[in-house]
Amino acid sequence: MSDSTAIANGTAAEKHHEHPPYQRHHFESVDQQFDATNFAMWLFLLTEIMFFGGLFMAYLLMRNWYYPAFVEASHQLSIFWGTANTTVLIISSFTMAMSVWSAQMRRKGLLLVFLGLTFVLGLGFLGIKGIEWHEKWVKHHVPGIHNFSDASFLNPASDPEVYKEYHDKPLSPAMASKTEMYFFLYFAMTGMHALHMVIGIGLLIYIFIRAKTGAYTNGHYTFVENFGLYWHFVDIIWIFLYPLLYLISRY
Amino acid sequence: MSEHSEHNENNTEGEYHEQHHVVSPALYAMILLALLCATALTCGMSYIDLGEWHITQGVTLFWNPVVALAIACTKMSLVVLFFMHIKYSRRLTKLTVLSGLFIFLTLIGMTLTDYMSRAWGRW
Repeated sequence: MSDSTAIANGTAAEKHHEHPPYQRHHFESVDQQFDATNFAMWLFLLTEIMFFGGLFMAYLLMRNWYYPAFVEASHQLSIFWGTANTTVLIISSFTMAMSVWSAQMRRKGLLLVFLGLTFVLGLGFLGIKGIEWHEKWVKHHVPGIHNFSDASFLNPASDPEVYKEYHDKPLSPAMASKTEMYFFLYFAMTGMHALHMVIGIGLLIYIFIRAKTGAYTNGHYTFVENFGLYWHFVDIIWIFLYPLLYLISRY
Repeated sequence: MSEHSEHNENNTEGEYHEQHHVVSPALYAMILLALLCATALTCGMSYIDLGEWHITQGVTLFWNPVVALAIACTKMSLVVLFFMHIKYSRRLTKLTVLSGLFIFLTLIGMTLTDYMSRAWGRW
């Protein structure tokens, strides 16, 4: 920048900052605006860590107290669907990261493709979750309602599908009733996670519609970046839920 | 990382230079592959009895959950560092993430001290 243009810009800046249309007036630069929003998003994610943290704490304690009930109740979950869902969610995190990359590269077509893929994978995750929850409903393993049944744990042989794989021993009535606590935590944690997925999918629709008008491929991709952080955060929660809920003791 | 975290003092107005690190799709793909391998690994490990460590009477450490959580923490680190761009972020953002994890672990730890000390020796 030559001296004369520097002076010209300096005088202009006194009256009005030269800035792109997407820069809010109270920020010094686009960079500062990006950092402020990014920092705020991380602060929000910290509150989310605390929010899920309470559930993880409850899980830790209950698992230590009622370990045999947690083992047998977790055998009721399907390894196949659980692993499939983990894979689906990890791939959706990848497509989300690629969405951010497409926005950075200002490639609208690719951005729409990757946002679309993330959307479809997110829906796929919820679909699989629905299949699993439905099975719990059919087997009376939904906690807190009148027809919750611990028959599968008082008499494991009555549940041949699970019994032929794990040969679980019958639990005492007191311990068998604690499986309801496992299922309570299972539904609370996966339910809260699924709620975050639903919110994420809703935001994805909004981002997709805005992206079609070229809103994020003009160099201003902050919203896509910060939504990506949210999506990856939800993925991380699942990365911990998967071993804690599905893989307690499979041998 | 210094070139990304340094704020360009002389450039607060006028031209804006792209300062954000762009992670290449190849690196994203490698992270995806690593995450999928780790998922397969943690699933496979859960079918093996890794044994336990009797530290003292009533205090036993089971290796299976330790390994499962170690793999989960590795996966989390990969996602945070690369997908969430923390490896390339400013020091303030890095500090924010670390402080969040620190407070989370502190709260869990302090809650556990309460539960453990109430029934001291009667585990």
